[in-house]
Amino acid sequence: MVRVFRPKPFGLYRPEYEHSACGVGVVANTKGVASHEIIQQGLEVLVNLTHRGAAGSDPDTGDGAGVLLQMPDAFLRRETAAIGFELPPRHAYAVGMTFLPQPDAERAQCEELIERTVVAEGQRFLGWRDVPVNTDHIGQVATECMPTIRQFFVAKGDGVEDERAFDRKLYVIRKIIEHAVEDAHLQEPDDFYICSLSPTIVVYKGLLKGEQIKGFYLDLSDPSMETSFVLVHSRFSTNTLGSWKLAHPYRFIVHNGEINTVRGNTNWMAARQKSMSSPEFGDDLQKLFPIIPGAQSDTASLDNAYELMLHTGRPLHHAMMALTPEATGEKVQMAQEKRDFYDYHACMMEPWDGPALVAFTDGTRIGATLDRNGLRPFRYLVTTDDLLVMASEVGVLRVPPEKVLFKDRIRPGRMFLLDPERGGIIDDETIKHELSQAQPYGEWLRDNMVKLADLPPAATGHSAMSHDELVDLQQAFGYTKEDLNILIEPTAIAGAEPTGSMGNDTPLAVLSEQPQLLFRYFKQLFAQVSNPPLDSIREELVTSVDVRLGAQRNLFDETPEHARQLKLDGPVLTDAQLAQIKEIDRPGLKPATLSTLFDVRAGDGELERAMDALRAQVDQAITDGATILVLSDRGVDPDHAPIPSLLATAGVHHHLVREGIRTKVGLVIESGEPREVAHFALLIGYGAGAVNPYVTLRTLQDAAERGAFPPEVDAPTAEYNFIKASYKGLLKIISKMGISTVHSYHGAQIFEAVGLSERVVDKYFTWTASRIGGVGVDVLEADVRKLHTQAFPDAELAANPDLPSGGFYQWRRDGEYHMWNPDTIAKLQYAARMNDFDAYKAFAELANEYEERTCTIRGLLGFKENEPVPLDEVEPAMAIIKRFATGAISLGSISREAHESLAIAMNRVGARSNSGEGGEDYRRYTPDANGDRRFSAIKQVASGRFGVTTNYLVNATDLQIKMAQGAKPGEGGQLPGHKVDDYIGWVRNSTPGVELISPPPHHDIYSIEDLAQLIHDLKNVNRDARIHVKLVAEIGVGTIAAGVSKAHGDVVLISGDTGGTGASPESSIKYAGLPWELGLAETQQVLVANDLRGRIVVQTDGQIKTGRDVAIAALLGADEFGIATASLVTQGCIMLRKCHLNTCSVGIATQDPELRERFAGDPEHLINYFMMVAEDLREIMAELGFRTVSEMIGRVDKLETAEAIDYWAKTKGIDLSPVLVKPDVPEDYATHHVINQDHGLEEALDHELIAHAAPSIRNKKRVTVRLPIRNANRTVGAMLAGEVAKQYGEDGLPHDTFQVEFTGSAGQSYGAFLAKGMSFELEGDTNDYFAKGMSGGRLVVVPPKESQFVPEENVIMGNVALYGATGGEAFIRGLAGERFAVRNSGAHAVVEGVGDHGCEYMTNGRVVVLGPTGRNFAAGMSGGVAYVLDEHGVFESLCNIELVDLERVETSEDIHELSGLISKHKQYTSSANAKRILDNWAETLPKFVKVYPKDYRRVIEAKRRAERQAVGSG
Amino acid sequence: MGKITGFLDFNREPPERRPVTERVKDYLELYEAWPEEAMQDQGARCMDCALPFCHRGCPLGNLIPDWNDLVYKGRWQEALTALHATNNFPEFTGRICPAPCEASCVLAINSDPVTIEYIEKAIVDKGFEEGWVVPEPPTKRTGKSVAVVGSGPSGLAAAHQLNRAGHQVTVYERSEYLGGLLALGIPDFKLDKAIIERRVDVMRAEGVEFKTNVDVGVDVLAEELVAAFDAVCLTGGSTIPRRLGVEGEDLDGIHPAMDYLTQQNRVNRDQAVFPDERITATGKSVLILGGGDTGADCLGTAHRQGAEVVYQYEILSEPPQGRPGNNPWPLWPLIMRSSPAHEEGGIRDYSILTKSFSGKDRKVTKLHAVRVEWGAPDASGRSSMQEIAGSEFDLDVDLVLLALGFLHPQKEGMIEQLGVELDPRGNVKTDVDKMTSVPSVFAAGDMSRGQSLVVWAIAEGRQAAHGIDKYLTGASDLPSVNLRGWV
Repeated sequence: MVRVFRPKPFGLYRPEYEHSACGVGVVANTKGVASHEIIQQGLEVLVNLTHRGAAGSDPDTGDGAGVLLQMPDAFLRRETAAIGFELPPRHAYAVGMTFLPQPDAERAQCEELIERTVVAEGQRFLGWRDVPVNTDHIGQVATECMPTIRQFFVAKGDGVEDERAFDRKLYVIRKIIEHAVEDAHLQEPDDFYICSLSPTIVVYKGLLKGEQIKGFYLDLSDPSMETSFVLVHSRFSTNTLGSWKLAHPYRFIVHNGEINTVRGNTNWMAARQKSMSSPEFGDDLQKLFPIIPGAQSDTASLDNAYELMLHTGRPLHHAMMALTPEATGEKVQMAQEKRDFYDYHACMMEPWDGPALVAFTDGTRIGATLDRNGLRPFRYLVTTDDLLVMASEVGVLRVPPEKVLFKDRIRPGRMFLLDPERGGIIDDETIKHELSQAQPYGEWLRDNMVKLADLPPAATGHSAMSHDELVDLQQAFGYTKEDLNILIEPTAIAGAEPTGSMGNDTPLAVLSEQPQLLFRYFKQLFAQVSNPPLDSIREELVTSVDVRLGAQRNLFDETPEHARQLKLDGPVLTDAQLAQIKEIDRPGLKPATLSTLFDVRAGDGELERAMDALRAQVDQAITDGATILVLSDRGVDPDHAPIPSLLATAGVHHHLVREGIRTKVGLVIESGEPREVAHFALLIGYGAGAVNPYVTLRTLQDAAERGAFPPEVDAPTAEYNFIKASYKGLLKIISKMGISTVHSYHGAQIFEAVGLSERVVDKYFTWTASRIGGVGVDVLEADVRKLHTQAFPDAELAANPDLPSGGFYQWRRDGEYHMWNPDTIAKLQYAARMNDFDAYKAFAELANEYEERTCTIRGLLGFKENEPVPLDEVEPAMAIIKRFATGAISLGSISREAHESLAIAMNRVGARSNSGEGGEDYRRYTPDANGDRRFSAIKQVASGRFGVTTNYLVNATDLQIKMAQGAKPGEGGQLPGHKVDDYIGWVRNSTPGVELISPPPHHDIYSIEDLAQLIHDLKNVNRDARIHVKLVAEIGVGTIAAGVSKAHGDVVLISGDTGGTGASPESSIKYAGLPWELGLAETQQVLVANDLRGRIVVQTDGQIKTGRDVAIAALLGADEFGIATASLVTQGCIMLRKCHLNTCSVGIATQDPELRERFAGDPEHLINYFMMVAEDLREIMAELGFRTVSEMIGRVDKLETAEAIDYWAKTKGIDLSPVLVKPDVPEDYATHHVINQDHGLEEALDHELIAHAAPSIRNKKRVTVRLPIRNANRTVGAMLAGEVAKQYGEDGLPHDTFQVEFTGSAGQSYGAFLAKGMSFELEGDTNDYFAKGMSGGRLVVVPPKESQFVPEENVIMGNVALYGATGGEAFIRGLAGERFAVRNSGAHAVVEGVGDHGCEYMTNGRVVVLGPTGRNFAAGMSGGVAYVLDEHGVFESLCNIELVDLERVETSEDIHELSGLISKHKQYTSSANAKRILDNWAETLPKFVKVYPKDYRRVIEAKRRAERQAVGSG
Repeated sequence: MGKITGFLDFNREPPERRPVTERVKDYLELYEAWPEEAMQDQGARCMDCALPFCHRGCPLGNLIPDWNDLVYKGRWQEALTALHATNNFPEFTGRICPAPCEASCVLAINSDPVTIEYIEKAIVDKGFEEGWVVPEPPTKRTGKSVAVVGSGPSGLAAAHQLNRAGHQVTVYERSEYLGGLLALGIPDFKLDKAIIERRVDVMRAEGVEFKTNVDVGVDVLAEELVAAFDAVCLTGGSTIPRRLGVEGEDLDGIHPAMDYLTQQNRVNRDQAVFPDERITATGKSVLILGGGDTGADCLGTAHRQGAEVVYQYEILSEPPQGRPGNNPWPLWPLIMRSSPAHEEGGIRDYSILTKSFSGKDRKVTKLHAVRVEWGAPDASGRSSMQEIAGSEFDLDVDLVLLALGFLHPQKEGMIEQLGVELDPRGNVKTDVDKMTSVPSVFAAGDMSRGQSLVVWAIAEGRQAAHGIDKYLTGASDLPSVNLRGWV
């Protein structure tokens, strides 16, 4: 039978959310000399990148691999001659590498279509060639879905003037064929694909592993096949679904990364179609549309855009610069001409934003570029015999060290170009200087672009609004007291978004009985695993909130008029600014204002009619020449209600996109409705260029008048603060998705809708996922009318209370429903304390009853009637409870007492507690006298890596990689200094009193293959532990979970959006993430369909409270269950939601000693509760006829969509059937966890090390070993370190007990978690994640002795070295990549130079840099000290001085420390640089800069003072 | 909101009460002036809980955290608005509510609760002082009329709300004073009668009509009201007192507490009482039976009248000082409570069962009682009582006041005339909107709920107003009050 699942939508799965990452390589001759050897070398690179690719359930089917090479003319000429046709001269013919459907009839149909099209477009069709393949060694899945692979040959037609015209014609032909095939509706549309159709290049690729390419495509082994370069690619996708076409290379590019804004980019490309024209294409242009077909990968889309840009006549590097510009923010130093180039191109094209390494070609030249933030590695070397080797890693091709001319890497935002015709490699500066000179861009901008500040003050404005009028509008727009007290006013006072805690327990918008703003139906998407979120605070320099208004012009052209746009510093407008815009009168800028009100006196349905009318008005305005449209809901009165601003925005935006005229006009939203950053994000994400929130701004003024602000905040300050905070918040929201500019976020619609009907989405929010249906426009209208009636009631009550209380953030009796309310808390606490099952039942009834009515998706599900089994045949509660876990709550966010109480409870019953992020006191690893164990079974490894020592890792049964957190997915965290007391500081290896920052991303996980690497690292260090990956539900989480399973995660946790938190922006708590029901169901569906379910445990959490909740989670596919908030409630939590303020009055979420004394929790209370949940579950199991939990996992057939759906009008449109889909798979596909992952640990070099180290471990005997090493040897040292820690705990071995001397290129995570007593020396170079989590060892890296290059000028180390290291030393004679010593909390290191973001988030330790640093050094650095040799006096401009002071090295302590470290460096590495410095110490010392974190200084100096006083008084 | 560390920075410090020696000489209210700064500090103690149990514990759903915060910030007028949003008469509840809000205050878990009730009183008193409480008559009249029978807190609340919605309201009161139990049952030292009058004045100015000395069912037949008004709301209270049912209960010198308290309030208003009807404790040995608030009111009054000695006996056992394990927060604490009256003297005793009274010349002279022991509660939660053999004792008494609570409303007259259905306890049965079995007739307060707190009475009145408004106009914008108690 066919076992291949194709990537098509089913259930909750959507193929467009597939992700992939990969290993990328380029091999080329820098002089352009073709040879067969280049192919062979390229294929070897592929083999050596195998660990970066992946295989699925079928171990022999890879995720895809391929090569792109130059047209092998001689080879093809010979081959075609043998078939019977002759090729025209080189470049006068093209070859089309084509995947064709297997069924003969379809294949013939496609072939006929191709032939016909070629001829119809005036070219000659030469013939077909079967591409010889050998399927012997490829996987079963790959074989079953393998297309027929043929090449067709096209000769240039007579009418075609030159090669470029031929190329254009081929492009048109391919597009026509693609459109026609799409219309033909093949059985498996994926089976048809033209890999390349070009006179200069050809692509060989397939659903293969890197090592299989060579054996599969026999052509590639033919010695007559020659090229001067190859681009190779090995893919790691998140699925195992059969698709050959998804392999890279694409037609012109290979890509490692993720285009986060692809939805918007695709829309914008469609939106500008009508403004495109080209004399060269002429009428053919129409045949290209759509430029970017729907439903394809981000890379394929980028490839399409790049291809189009090439055909506009721009050279390859120009095309790529326009698509992926580098950061141009104020904090970036950059030549004005380059800034102008980017600024000008931004008038035409928004950035394709996201982490990306792209290598691209035009057939003769090769370019490569890295995203602005440098989130992918790309290393290269050039040899003395003109060989260029570039790859994601070093060591992928054996090159004799003495032949290496230099070694380098591509830097963030920089470009690389190999142009053999110009003699080889051209550097970034030259390339960009040349392009910046191509046109007088700067002049054009100065003459045409308008800035708001340049405009005169507006002549007219709105008349002042009285307080009473304001209240009417507030009511009409649904403002509550909370909007004022919790959001707007605090934001205006603090200039920052308000923070909340303990998550969200209110109903989804579609389940709420309160009138809802349309905004509330949308959930922000966020990056997890497959791409990193950004840190918009610490890495602000790559961000920008600039926006532009006005028309975009023809992409095929560059004229001064292209720059006729209005540039705004940010998208939130004051009333005065909007008035200026409304009066603007400049060439090319013409405003028009359209009303978005509707007449409430007209009958139901008026909202939709008003929308239709609005679209017609928009068309008319554009016809009349408007380039800036203001959609305004000013004028709400008793007869007029506002169209929801988001509906108006998205409705108009998508209408214009559909019409292909969207780029003719900018949209400004003048609305009383938006009031918080999540609203602004939605409006911008759905097309608004700028927003004027006039009611909110008036509210601020009113608050100032009422005396709601402290004296220092007057009305203008409040407005300024509010807008500033909105920008900060906006950047945070976009950076969650890894997007860095508002310009690229604009229209990118990074949202999922929950509870909107298909019709609403299709009509107004096209392409937005909304998977369970929901309300129509009628319900939206009813809510608008309800609010309007509140503002303008028929019968006015005397003494009418002002605004409704809201109750959305804090429970209020007349407000929104909360699952945690006084009744549920009181009942649960009573039940847990008294161990009273009746009280528990009463609690569960309250929790379940309400939920069935209004709160959660599970509340809408019911159990089908079944044959029951006797209760006593159901497995005992004690067995079930082992599937339970408490939540990941860090020591630091909660008190030691509470943390240990949870741990003791879980250890008593064999369930699991979770350390959270923040280390653990190692004394907890020793049992108490009464046998209680206080350690957390699950140890979390989060982005901050606080306290993640080797000893921590080996004292765990489970290691959990926290990718995201339900309450604030995509965000980092921070523990304010006042919460870091001596104890917390000690446990986290940091300085008490110093703030600790957890970065948004794990700096060793920028992609799925990186996650596989971290899983591998952790499994190495603790082979007995299960490795978890914690994800948060959103669309596509199932796909990520499949990736986790392929990356050998043992457990995947799908967290719901409702989870608690110690501190999170309120907007994240309310607007990010999805309910776990959706995430879990999708995960189960995707894992089962890919046959990846059996090897992984699925856990879920998010406000699980009762046996019913657990039962539904199991039926939807969970093996295990997390119960966090309820656990805290049993310990006394009463949802004060003050966790972030350190004032928890019951001693839980606080470090205040006085409050901690009030902690009254007891482990037994928690155990009582868990046992009652298990008993409750048993009763349900008995009713459903299940004897064990295992049997019930994934049994969606036992669920039905309950009557609750019909409960009231709002829920009627909900369709939960996609949640209850079980994929149609063979019976032997597992549907719950049955086997363990194969981690492939047997290949680890550490087995050898452990054998050698036996005497060291046994008797602390000194041992020295010499070994070769290569890039496939990953995580070397970790397994041995784990063994040392298991035996010797924190102490490790005496220094230098076990020494190894390696030679070669070390793989990733070299020296990870190295424990004390282990010393490695490496002669060669090393890749990313060097010394990750080092806990006391010593690492030395020096270039090979035979090397000819100057060590201090060459890159011998990858990115992200010493991440989270807690101790030990490292000495590197050479340059390191980006983020050296990121989050270092104890290691001492000396290096000769580093890339961008050095010492980021460092909290402790010492770093000495003897040479250049990149930008943004010391961002977020709150502790430790760095010494940087600043010989050229530029360091200050490269350093982020937000948290640090820069000073000279003057005190004797510092001088001693610095010289000591440099001396050691010299001793270990023989660094010439170190020698020079020490030899000239007096002259050099003043050039050293001490980077001293301010907070750290404060604490250290206070400590010194205290010591001095103690000495003085003693 | 709030001062983040207020609860740590300040202790609970309620306003001072006047010295005992001074206050027992008069019937004036007990409290000294409360400095504004102290009020603000006390407001700062509120933790602005995301789950304000106080707001749940208050039957009215008072927006306690909101106004605590506003007081802390000195935004009094906004505080008053927030207070009035849920409570028509905070000046009553601020004086005589047993404050379930404070019992459920989150701070009470392990510390002293916020002085919610005092702050409530402070806000509204300041509101009256500053002249912020002004008549706010409806802008439009609906043309519908409602009769409210009974001017206790429930009736006043219903009238207040209904008038705001534009209905023409007439309140009937059978006594000479408006306010029901507030006016006659509550001693003046707890609630100065001027407080009631100033509120009634505002209501009158807003258009509510009041008719005193009209006993509906006697002076006006109930049917006539039903015919004359679009709706009628019965708020006559629960007036039939519980009796002991022991020998000697009818002896002279034994009085229901309400007769005693009512008379003193009338005397305070210079009403003449025939000497032979005067019930006074002056120079007497007084026994109060019943350990509740009414008992305490009798205690305070007896001391003011110059009693020789006052005993207060309770049949139930002495409650513990702190919460027992099975009575955790936020349940109503079954603990020892003392009211200001207890500061003034008196002897409290518990677990005493009255067996009988005996007397001389038909005048009571002795109580015959026995001590009892209470067993553990059974499955239904009821404890069994056991007399302790040999613990019988007698007490010499001159005056006995029975503060034993009320059974149900008076049935003869209005209720019988209307024929409304009663519940098993004898209270008027209503639906969730407070409508009785007779269309257009509603009931609220103790008459429907049975004897309860002022705060419940106001809540009931508000809910009835919502129900009546809905009944009259089809839908109501008047707030609906959740009348569910602690489950």
